[in-house]
Amino acid sequence: MTGSLHIDWTRCDGRGLCTELLATLLTRDDWGYPISRRGDGIRGEVPIAPGHEEAAREAVILCPKLALTLRPPAKSS
Amino acid sequence: MTTPSAALRNVHPVPPPAGAARLFLAGSRAGYSQHLQAYGSIDVGAVAPGFLDVVEASGLTGRGGAAFASWRKMAAAAQAGGRGLFSARPVVIANGAEGEPLSHKDAALLAHAPHVVLDGVLVAAAALQTSHAYIYVTAETMPSVQSALAERTDARHIRPVEADDTFISGEASAVVNKIQGGPSLPLDKLRRLSDAGLRGRPTLVLNVETLAHIGLLARFGVDWFRSVGTARDPGTRLVTVAGAGTDQVLEVPGDASLHGILRSSGIHPEELSAVLVGGYHGRWVRPLDYRLSPAGSPETLVRPGVGVIYVLSPDQCGLAVTAQITEYLAGQSARQCGPCMFGLRAMADVLNRLADGERDPRLVAELERLGRIVSGRGSCHHPDGTVRMVSSALETFSDDVREHLIGRCTRIQRGTR
Ligand code: SF4
Ligand code: SF4
Repeated sequence: MTGSLHIDWTRCDGRGLCTELLATLLTRDDWGYPISRRGDGIRGEVPIAPGHEEAAREAVILCPKLALTLRPPAKSS
Repeated sequence: MTTPSAALRNVHPVPPPAGAARLFLAGSRAGYSQHLQAYGSIDVGAVAPGFLDVVEASGLTGRGGAAFASWRKMAAAAQAGGRGLFSARPVVIANGAEGEPLSHKDAALLAHAPHVVLDGVLVAAAALQTSHAYIYVTAETMPSVQSALAERTDARHIRPVEADDTFISGEASAVVNKIQGGPSLPLDKLRRLSDAGLRGRPTLVLNVETLAHIGLLARFGVDWFRSVGTARDPGTRLVTVAGAGTDQVLEVPGDASLHGILRSSGIHPEELSAVLVGGYHGRWVRPLDYRLSPAGSPETLVRPGVGVIYVLSPDQCGLAVTAQITEYLAGQSARQCGPCMFGLRAMADVLNRLADGERDPRLVAELERLGRIVSGRGSCHHPDGTVRMVSSALETFSDDVREHLIGRCTRIQRGTR
């Protein structure tokens, strides 16, 4: 487990930059908001699959709404 | 918190209340003297951090909806408060916002037994070794709370704050947001309120009824508390029974029978088609004899949630009522989180089409799909609660769904919509 990507839904505007940077993990829902491709990522915690740490870090930096945060692994809730 | 005021010394010992009538013993609109007469006084100064063990042993769960173990919440805030060199004192917030439109058990409690709640706030604050306390209530109940606060000398530090009249205003982080001067909208949950809540302090938000039970628990002890209810659901709880011409607040034992509650509200369960238990985020069930308890199998019990039992009268269409409720809930989305803001609206639209008799068999699958992409994708549980209520409706009213889809809802034709 390499941690997860926390999405602050109160900030995210759904323009979808992160879904382009992390296209293997994320896709867009009906309204453009990022959603985990695997159907997990409950409560906006999207597990980061091994090998995607760098792209996830980049998404955190580039998100225009500062809506993304990396969370360390093995933290419940 | 160490020197009890004169009023709190144990000058008037009173036997513990017997039976399931606990919270309203001091009578209607009880002032402080009636309160002391009914319950005796309590030495808040003697409440120490060890009281958390008493709360744990009591098995008390939150009465505001989530039914979380109260001692865990208290312990989390107490631990965060005790951590670190410059550890901030925790804050205790009594939550009486009661945003559920059909619920008025908290309003009844604050109107008739405000001192039972205030005792609970003092006890919880003493257990957390803090004097920072707020009571967050609606405009309707504020006068009663203010006069109760003015009647006693030991509660002057409890600050009353007015809650907005919205469905979401009682969500714990929305309460914190409002008290610290922001809008009453939920906050992102990157950090727990028990670690960093009101102005960064460890924060304990408890429902006013939960605090009322804590106040009585401090007086009368664990054995008394557990003498009503069952091992998995001890104590009593307040419920609001509404709909089908009824609207009343009752105090019932833990693990109570749904039939028993309905009968004592003057309703014959045999004549009903369905009830919605737990408020608008609750669960539709057929009126079988479920137990009302937060723990156990969903086959035999239904979770009390905020304690609302909404009775569908026989001439109402359950799908139409569900559509109306979902419409309301979509309108109450705080419009902060995209999936909640757009998704609940979309669900309400599909439900309206189904309720209005549109004969498209894909409507149900579409509702289920929307439920999957909305659930869990907001800063608070509003989308999850709404999705759960809607899916319980699809299950409970599956016959009605079939009738609607072949254009034969008998209840629509009776013009209830
Ligand atoms: S980049 Fe940021 S604002 Fe844009 S969709 Fe992703 S999380 Fe939302
Ligand atoms: S999930 Fe909905 S109700 Fe909750 S904070 Fe987000 S927009 Fe508001």
